Amino acid sequence: MIHIVVVGILVIIMAILTYVGANSVGLMPVQASAQAVPIDWMWGWQVVAISFLFALIVVPIFYSLIVFRRKKGDTSDAEHIEGNTPLEITWTVIPLIIVVAFAYMGAYSLGESRRITDPNAMIIKVTARQFSWTFEYPEYGFVSNELHLPVWKQVVLKMEAVDVIHSFWVPEFRVKQDVVPGRVTEYRITPNLVGSYKVRCAELCGSNHADMEGAVIISTQADYDTWVAEQVELAAAATPEGRGKKLITANGCIGCHSVTPQPGVSAPSWFGLFGSQVLLADGSTVTADDAYITESILDPAAKEVEGYSPTIMKPFTLTPDEIADILAYIKSLK
Amino acid sequence: MKKIFSIPLIRGIIWQVIGLLVGIGIVVGIRLAMGLPATGPYLVTEHAWVFGGFLGTLTFLAGHGVMDGWFKVWRGEIVSDHHEDKPGWEKYFGPSLDHKVIGIQYTVTGLIVMILGGTFALIFRTELAFEGMQFLQKAQYNTLMSMHGIVMIVVILLGIGGMMNYLVPLLIGAHDMAFPRLNSFAFWIVVPAAVWLLSSMALGGIETGWTGYPPLSANMKLVGQQMFFLAVFIVGWSSILGGLNLIATVVRMRAKGMIAFRMPIFVWASIATSLISLTATQLIGLSFQMVMFQRLFGMGFFDPNKGGNPVLFQHLFWFYSHPAVYVFILPGLGIVSELLPVFTRKPLFGYRWIAMSSLGIALVGFLVWAHHMFTSGMNEYLRVPFMYSTLLVAVPTGVKFFSWTATIWKGKIDNPVPTPMLFTVGAILVFLLGGLTGPPNATVSTDLHLHDTYWIVGHFHDTMFGGFMFPFFAALYYWFPKATGRRMNETLGKIHFWLMTPSFFVMSLGMMYIGLHGMRRRIADYDPAMNFQPMHLIITISGFLIALSVLVFFINLIITMRKGEVARGNVWNSRSPEWLVESPMPAHNYEHPFEVVGEPYDYGLSGSKYVEFAKHK
Repeated sequence: MIHIVVVGILVIIMAILTYVGANSVGLMPVQASAQAVPIDWMWGWQVVAISFLFALIVVPIFYSLIVFRRKKGDTSDAEHIEGNTPLEITWTVIPLIIVVAFAYMGAYSLGESRRITDPNAMIIKVTARQFSWTFEYPEYGFVSNELHLPVWKQVVLKMEAVDVIHSFWVPEFRVKQDVVPGRVTEYRITPNLVGSYKVRCAELCGSNHADMEGAVIISTQADYDTWVAEQVELAAAATPEGRGKKLITANGCIGCHSVTPQPGVSAPSWFGLFGSQVLLADGSTVTADDAYITESILDPAAKEVEGYSPTIMKPFTLTPDEIADILAYIKSLK
Repeated sequence: MKKIFSIPLIRGIIWQVIGLLVGIGIVVGIRLAMGLPATGPYLVTEHAWVFGGFLGTLTFLAGHGVMDGWFKVWRGEIVSDHHEDKPGWEKYFGPSLDHKVIGIQYTVTGLIVMILGGTFALIFRTELAFEGMQFLQKAQYNTLMSMHGIVMIVVILLGIGGMMNYLVPLLIGAHDMAFPRLNSFAFWIVVPAAVWLLSSMALGGIETGWTGYPPLSANMKLVGQQMFFLAVFIVGWSSILGGLNLIATVVRMRAKGMIAFRMPIFVWASIATSLISLTATQLIGLSFQMVMFQRLFGMGFFDPNKGGNPVLFQHLFWFYSHPAVYVFILPGLGIVSELLPVFTRKPLFGYRWIAMSSLGIALVGFLVWAHHMFTSGMNEYLRVPFMYSTLLVAVPTGVKFFSWTATIWKGKIDNPVPTPMLFTVGAILVFLLGGLTGPPNATVSTDLHLHDTYWIVGHFHDTMFGGFMFPFFAALYYWFPKATGRRMNETLGKIHFWLMTPSFFVMSLGMMYIGLHGMRRRIADYDPAMNFQPMHLIITISGFLIALSVLVFFINLIITMRKGEVARGNVWNSRSPEWLVESPMPAHNYEHPFEVVGEPYDYGLSGSKYVEFAKHK
């Protein structure tokens, strides 16, 4: 009996030492998402269970190996203990209860980590390919190879793979989701810690799988908005229409002209202009084609539009490329 | 020269090459006649390689002679199942019908292939020891890592095949397995498969890991991928036929009086294992065959562009491959249960509970496969029932641990501890670590973080070492005198143990630690910003120490074979029948049949006996 008591005390000491030791080395990376909280809660309980069960088995075995080992000169067999049915039932039933409890906790923490806190969460489309990630922000119409997220806002990633299976994993977010060709998988996350992280592909996807990483930046709402504005502008600069739009702002055109169906302050609207028939002051009409619009930019007085004075607008000096961009923008207004 | 060709193994391999070339020739001929391109990046198209591989397997078996008996029956000749081997080493290279010879063939092949699998690991571990790529290409890393996985799985299958074939007939008092010819066939079919598996390295390699998930495995333009599928498909036959044979043997050929609950516990474990390998192996063969056909014939099973579903493959694959891990560990756990009573000099605590727990693990094991797929995009609500069923495995596993602990409690273990017992205790401790790190992976929420990380790598190395490697070494040290009549050197055995065990703990705990912090599985290089390099160096050094300890084992093996201490009697003072006759085991096992008259593990009960030999023939 004394042995059982000693072992019982040693098991408790060992369990505490294991638990404290395991936690002091720091088992998990920082938490950077609200979803990490229930997952780490579950993990914490698992470390408790592991520490206790580890001690429960290891201590009696080592105690027995040391205390009951064969004494010198003893050649007899050990005590004939065949088994103990109540004991076997106990260590079947109690673990069964613990297992069910842990499974329930697992389901609960899973539910918490899947909770929809914002039904209108922003959607970001993620495309995985060998061996890179791209992120499309449909709300703003740009594509980036960095994932920027505002802190404390739930977002939904709609993920697609173009070639083979990949897996979206940011260790600091905890949650992992495969990206499978032929279907869209969803990843709902609420970042909660400003910082730079990386998405790392967690499913072997070919030769350079190791390199399939992408930047994930969580920033304050203000920083995020600045980044979005930059991206929108960069995206704009990538198309002729976008460059044209920038040029007409830079050159002050929209001070007088309008880009909506409403006429401008003191100049004709560009909306639906391209290809239309323009009534001139002399009663004739002209088709608003490339040649007419180019002429009107370089020499506004050449043709006088009915109802507007051409002398307000000074001639502009622009390169043919710039004029082409402006034309492209005007064509897009319809 | 003529003598070399008379060795069946050499003859078989020559025929295998001839079959390969003929098969390639046939496909190339047909393709040319049809006006299709016949050449590819690996000389010929993969159709030719696969058909050549298939034909080469058949010609190996025919040329080797393992099917001669069946050919004779086919011709109406009378054959005998009674094994008659000439003395000497030649029998180990030919189609012997003796289960003991086949057991040794399995074991030795397993040990040789283990050297290969271990070497692959050492090569890529060296690469991982430092940041950046040192001397391997990333594609080479992927191939070595994948080969390490599948080769070690073959090692385990060979190892358990060796233990079960050698031991089960001896333990139940049978003169051989129920189907000796099938037994020989099940072993020899592994040899051509192993050749194809290794050939895949020369044919572009495999870059998918041993799991071979499509679409990656279907898209990779590497013939090696196909040879890998072919090899695993063929090895599957060995498992299925071996399982069938073992169940028939145990059901039909037990000694008089050996009712179910008087069978040695290892026999229970073997039955549980064989039930799985007989009924589940088909699924991995099928899933790999489907990818093979997707590549060869454009069948779109797993190709979303053709209406296929990549996740379906994972269901089919894991339906075998999860129960398969119980195939790998149950015999090892049976060895632990078998050896503990001998060395503690106590009965096995809760014998019936341990026996039933093996069956329980095997049966529940069929209902848990989708826990490998919690992040796969499968139906998200179905994950919860799979979490419950998976965690349920902890209950019968717990019964084993508690019963082992109770068996050791108050046991009179020799001081110093004999080597087989050291490995048995090592197995319990290592498997304990593997067992305790399992439930977090079974729990969906924590698995979302742990899946596909080094945590998992650490966890399954624990289960494989605790459930197979340590018990396998324990069994080798323990039954070596039975097989050879010589006892392995204790000092070298202890060096092996004390070098391997701490190194292994450092290695697997290190793996788990960096895994939790974001080290992914199966990556050739890692982000320097994560500061994993020191731990990777430690893991690599530990890996090399484990390899060194296994080298000590091989030195011990060779020394003992030549001039080891002669041990013909009951070395371990066991009650088991095989130790009651002289070592090495006679060719036809027991000269006098025995009858079971008591409980198998009644150590400490004076005057009790497990078996009684018949007085006269």
